Amino acid sequence: MDLYEYQGKQFFARYGIPVSDGAPVDTVPEAVEVADRIGYPVVVKAQVQVGGRGKAGGIKLANNTEEVREHASNILGMDIKGHTVKVLWIEVASDIAEEYYASFTLDRAAKLHLGMLSAQGGVEIEQVAETDPDAIAKIHVNPVDGLTEAQCREWVAAAKLNPAATEGAVDILLKLYQAYVDGDADLVEINPLILTPDGRVHALDAKVTLDDNSVFRHPDYVEYDQTQVRDFREEAAHEKGLQYVGLDGSVGVIANGAGLAMSTVDIVNQVGGSPANFLDIGGGANADVMAGALEVITSDANVRSIFINIFGGITKGEEVANGIVQALDRVDIDAPIVIRLDGTNADEGRKILEPHLSDKLQLQPTMLDAARRAVELAGGTSK
Amino acid sequence: MSIFVDENTKVVYQGLTGGQGSFYGKLNRDYGTQVVAGTSPKKAGTDVDGIPVFANCADAVAATGATASCIFIPAPGVKDAVMDAAEAGIEFIVVITEGVPAHDEAWFFNKLQRDFPKVQLLGPNCPGIISPGRANIGITAGHIAKPGGPVGIVSRSGTLTYQALYELQQKGIGVTTCVGIGGDPVPGTSFIDCLRAFEADPETKAMMMFGEIGGSAEEEAAEFIKSSVTKPVVSYIAGVTAPAGKKMGHAGAIVSGGKGTAAAKMEALRDAGVLVGNNPTEAGDLMAGVVAKL
Repeated sequence: MDLYEYQGKQFFARYGIPVSDGAPVDTVPEAVEVADRIGYPVVVKAQVQVGGRGKAGGIKLANNTEEVREHASNILGMDIKGHTVKVLWIEVASDIAEEYYASFTLDRAAKLHLGMLSAQGGVEIEQVAETDPDAIAKIHVNPVDGLTEAQCREWVAAAKLNPAATEGAVDILLKLYQAYVDGDADLVEINPLILTPDGRVHALDAKVTLDDNSVFRHPDYVEYDQTQVRDFREEAAHEKGLQYVGLDGSVGVIANGAGLAMSTVDIVNQVGGSPANFLDIGGGANADVMAGALEVITSDANVRSIFINIFGGITKGEEVANGIVQALDRVDIDAPIVIRLDGTNADEGRKILEPHLSDKLQLQPTMLDAARRAVELAGGTSK
Repeated sequence: MSIFVDENTKVVYQGLTGGQGSFYGKLNRDYGTQVVAGTSPKKAGTDVDGIPVFANCADAVAATGATASCIFIPAPGVKDAVMDAAEAGIEFIVVITEGVPAHDEAWFFNKLQRDFPKVQLLGPNCPGIISPGRANIGITAGHIAKPGGPVGIVSRSGTLTYQALYELQQKGIGVTTCVGIGGDPVPGTSFIDCLRAFEADPETKAMMMFGEIGGSAEEEAAEFIKSSVTKPVVSYIAGVTAPAGKKMGHAGAIVSGGKGTAAAKMEALRDAGVLVGNNPTEAGDLMAGVVAKL
């Protein structure tokens, strides 16, 4: 899950990384109150999970109460690339001498952690990587060893930062690595990491993505999960523990396993239809899971037919079949359903479905046949 | 022949006393796999349908001579379970569990590589491995796989692995070994590990590789095929129509910044001489053509 800047800064602060004094607010009076308390000038920053906030007018400097009031009321409720601003982060404005870039993430090809540090911060790192790749100092860290101070010093030297920033940068990078590992982050990024005229190094922004799979050892992450931006169907699916991605077609797709679900979306396209969604019910599809999946799918007004594609491994055929039969009792479904069922206990599953088969509930022998049938039922012509 | 496991491989099931562990442990044994032991710290000394349960892998190995393990432990305990197996001398460790934190995966992958270099780790978040007619370790339905070769299968996604087996079975084509490497960020066994093993296996005459969007594993495999694989390879990549920036279920399956697209992967594979199908069925048809000419 992606954190907002204010959450990222609070996350960094927990690991001792210096960030600007500030607070998140969601009303104009609160913004004024925070600004008056921390002292002027302050920066009023829109909290949205999308790039280009500054250009869209979502980041403003305020020198007094009047200006905070003006900017806060303008930015709250603003639409930035489809994201509505509901929260502002008010922080003490910083004097900037230089801007750097720092991050840690997993290098999947090397199977090691990758640190990136550049003296060219404040801009998109992808741009730097393209125009001047040598300007990014990279370091691979073996997770078994961790990042040592000696390695970190060498890395900072390689990035050719201003010598005045060396000590501060080493300190922050060691803490950033700690935050990345102990906090189970997929990505921690500071852009810009700044050097102030009086020689302090400091995180001016915070981009943090946490590993959803680590929540069992970070119970407090539930708070971050609750502030994630999802459309209402994605939210409904998430609450039911389903992986759902909305698309804009007319064939609702339910499959078990991410790979098969992706493949099902592909095949619906290939036979001339258009999928309404990607939905992976995961392993183990009982009646609750299937009913939940059908509820989410049928809440999409564009859906004209539903294609349930199950290949049982850890998911058992009879459980899927029972799930479908029970879900039909619980969920009001207009769209016809086409089922393809193979794998573990598939015969048992088909037997359970047999007495319920009709125009509205059809069984097809293969993935391709089922896709074609679903596309036809959605009003299309299949190839 | 088969790769990694066969009818002589003795396997200990870590988490055998749990719901999934006992279901698949018994199913795998009924298939013919030598399921010789289970582990459960609290239930040592008991048995699951005649399979003895030990406190840890060291005890299980001492009593049974197991050389492989299959892990059905919930995600929080996987890191310790992998190390328990490695320290007991287990050389092939299969992790079925999904939801393992990426930092744990990165840690134990590197720990094994350094301190237990002989260990081959498969997974986490994978369906396991089946050498049809010889051994089935994991959650693949045994009846969808036709024994005997000549095709070796490697696939990233669980259910697509089954689909690959099924497509071949429908056409009467046998399989030497089918490996599901899983869709997590740090898979213990890579496409390349499997392609290399299949290339060396005399009974495997052709290979089928199912990939998906995200990461660069398919591109790396394409490079390897170009330089080191002489046997014919057929492939399919899932997620051709996936929108950029959306995570498609697997931690790995996301198209970011125009990288990791299905089109780029298919292009790299074609460039390496691989026959690429647009869907699993088409890949099956292509493989039938290859097998007919062997």
